Amino acid sequence: MSELHRKLERSAVGFVVAIIFMASIGGLVEIAPLFTIDETVEDAPDMRVYTPLELAGRNIYIREGCYACHSQMIRTLQDEVERYGPYSLAVESQYDHPMLWGSKRTGPDLARLGGKYSDAWHVAHLINPRDVVPESVMPKYGWLQRNDLRIDDLGAHLSAMKAVGVPYSDEMIANATNDAFGQTLPDSDFAEGVSERYGEETNIREFDGDTSRVTEMDALVAYLQILGRLTDAAYQQAAGNQSSQDQQAQSQQAQSQPLGSTAK
Amino acid sequence: MVSQLTPGERIAALITLILLAVIGLFMAAAGRADPLGAHGFVVLLSSTGLIFLLLSKSNGTPPDPARLLQYYDDPTKLGIILSMIWAVFGLFIGVWVASLLAWPDLTFDAAWASFGRLRPVHTTSVIFGFGGNALIATSLHVLQRTSRARLPEQFSPWFVLLGYNLFCILAVSGYFLGVTQSKEYAEAEWYADIWLVIVWVVYFGIYIRTLARRQEPHIYVANWYYMAFILVVAMLHIVNNLAIPVSMGHAKSYSAFSGVQDAMTQWWYGHNAVAFFLTAGFLGMMYYYLPKRAERPIFSYRLSIISFWGITFMYMWAGSHHLHYTALPHWVQTLGMSFSIVLLVPSWASAGNALATLNGAWHRVRDDATLRFMMVAAVFYGLTTFEGSFMAIRPVNSLSHYTDWTIGHVHAGALGWVAMITFGTFYCLVPWMWKQERIYSPKLVEWHFWLALSGTIVYVFAMWNSGIIQGLMWRTYNESGTLTYSFLESLVAMEPYYIARAFGGFLFLAGAVVGSYNIWMTIRMARGVPATPMDDLPVSRLAPEAGE
Ligand code: HEC
Ligand code: HEM
Repeated sequence: MSELHRKLERSAVGFVVAIIFMASIGGLVEIAPLFTIDETVEDAPDMRVYTPLELAGRNIYIREGCYACHSQMIRTLQDEVERYGPYSLAVESQYDHPMLWGSKRTGPDLARLGGKYSDAWHVAHLINPRDVVPESVMPKYGWLQRNDLRIDDLGAHLSAMKAVGVPYSDEMIANATNDAFGQTLPDSDFAEGVSERYGEETNIREFDGDTSRVTEMDALVAYLQILGRLTDAAYQQAAGNQSSQDQQAQSQQAQSQPLGSTAK
Repeated sequence: MVSQLTPGERIAALITLILLAVIGLFMAAAGRADPLGAHGFVVLLSSTGLIFLLLSKSNGTPPDPARLLQYYDDPTKLGIILSMIWAVFGLFIGVWVASLLAWPDLTFDAAWASFGRLRPVHTTSVIFGFGGNALIATSLHVLQRTSRARLPEQFSPWFVLLGYNLFCILAVSGYFLGVTQSKEYAEAEWYADIWLVIVWVVYFGIYIRTLARRQEPHIYVANWYYMAFILVVAMLHIVNNLAIPVSMGHAKSYSAFSGVQDAMTQWWYGHNAVAFFLTAGFLGMMYYYLPKRAERPIFSYRLSIISFWGITFMYMWAGSHHLHYTALPHWVQTLGMSFSIVLLVPSWASAGNALATLNGAWHRVRDDATLRFMMVAAVFYGLTTFEGSFMAIRPVNSLSHYTDWTIGHVHAGALGWVAMITFGTFYCLVPWMWKQERIYSPKLVEWHFWLALSGTIVYVFAMWNSGIIQGLMWRTYNESGTLTYSFLESLVAMEPYYIARAFGGFLFLAGAVVGSYNIWMTIRMARGVPATPMDDLPVSRLAPEAGE
């Protein structure tokens, strides 16, 4: 081996090629199949895309680095499912460019947050978490309420999302700005278009309680309220697993064990 | 810096800078309504600043041809200084961020100063600012010495060093402004990413061209690692950052990947950023400076080979251990776990090789804090890789993931290995570069050593404790079969450890400040000492290279 290697060491180009070759294999084997194997992502016919307002909220979530403290990935562990809700499925983040699974839980997981609290709770919590939860170490986000949301360019955002594979229709793109506006103003003429394009279930509300303007707070709260609600797939799967879960919960050892359906 | 450039190189520099200024202007105009515009101004200002510097220092006289008989070390010198500046800045932000978790209101009511924005400022400043500059600086030094050849010309090293720092500034200032892709260690947006690719290609070019001029038949071990660092980081960076910008006037882009594929790509990147940036690059450093300082050859050539190819091949499989029990298919998790465990073999081969090299030089380790920095780094490297392999085991990971245990693990590596090997190297390298007998104050090196070591230990123990407590509290059931602790109870239990961690970080920061002062005073000592010692010239016979 040493002799062979001595030869390799004499050739810079040979060495470069060897490094690239050796380093490529792992990624090719592990990543490439994920794009082709059908089982990677479940089917969820009811899955809808983010509305322009929710997408803007998601971008604020990214901008402020909420993902540095909050995960959005409930693992297939008994205690997590009990604490947060049904474990996360791949399909739930299929329109997330990029995903926000996170790696650190300084705060709780948010994958099933939608509908857990009222809009007013979120607004108060974001303005000063310690007003609502005295022990909290979460930062204050008062400026979200002060800043107007930029909505004039949302069409371009939707087009870019479409370019990376999210099924936005031309109509959605053309109406992006109006839809963002309409989603925060249920009484306006624009509100109707939102539910036409994104479904009856879409939340159309004055998220931050201020009807005079569309703020960054509106967008972020709209996004938080949709977390885990773009599809029912996880709940359906959980209902299907219920019987096996019950058995596991009864056994003390199973508490931090993976749930039945991890193996794919 | 300018006086060493040939007239042709000055023109090349001028053209590059003008081009860059135009790009900056374009960005500023196209991104008027967007943070991109601010970055346009950053690019414009830094390039025009350099144009002025270039023009004011160019007097038309070509540089002394005798320079070609010497190594070209000016970029290395500036790289060391920049690295220490980034270190102090990044560590300061680290201490701030740590304090925010104990005292959340210790900040301004301003977006740029909130935890979520400061955290990537910290990670990028220390990894890319401190670590990256240290790698560029040392790699250019090692490359020339082990090849016994001068760099091919004088423009491209400056392009790489300054261009790289422009990338770091764009990245870090972007996070303050809220410009981020959210991908850990790849937060910088598309235009900064494209710029880094250009810089990187030139960096690789310097490596290959200098190797082509080498006077030594063999490529020394340290260079294997530096090359792996350059090549693989390029691969990872390009793939993981594929994205479509909203428009040419927007800083924001959307990743080409989504969901589970994105998660796998991101952690293939993220884990191997650790492996090839924070491990391979710094192993390159260790394989050159540790034997040099200890004045002993590398213990085993065979171990070097095993560990190098083991690391290059196996690390790339390990990223999926960041995604245990998630929606990632099970077989990928299992592969990641298996390779992570086997990785311990090449990792310990390197750590063992380093420590065995010190065998017979222990009296030096005792007396010389510089060598002790390197020794402790090797020990921490061994410990961290062991811990890493352990944490990659699925059931262990079910406890450690999402908790402070991960943070403790990261910093055992970051403080104990990356920062310690770098400080040891700098204390070794600075007197060489500025042609001094020794560092300004060996006593301050001792101080730095003990501050760094105690800071690291406090930090790591605090996070082990908090991480494991957190993990256990989250999964504890009471007799009636319900979860015992609320999330908030686990949060409240963390407070003493967060305070301890901030204190440990403060000690570490204090050490880095002492170190910067010491390096600065050494540089000042060097004023007016021009002559190059005759034993450090490209074509003259050098003392046998360590390990060859
Ligand atoms: C420093 C870390 C940190 C950051 C950054 C952070 N949070 Fe939190 N978050 C926490 C902690 C700790 C809690 C638990 C205490 C509480 O409810 O305030 C929490 C709780 C929450 C909750 C309540 C969850 C529940 O189920 O009770 C929501 C919603 C939330 N955060 C949203 C956000 C958003 C949105 C952002 C970004 C704008 C953000 N957080 C940024 C730490 C953080
Ligand atoms: C003064 C010393 C330091 C302090 C006080 C410090 C503090 C911190 C804090 C508070 C975090 C966030 C942890 C969390 O979210 O809970 C962090 C993350 C991180 N730091 Fe440091 N740090 C220091 C030095 C370093 C160094 C030298 C490096 C690398 C060379 C480094 C690399 C990282 C990385 C990679 C992360 C992200 C970890 C993850 O997401 O898993 N840090 N640091």
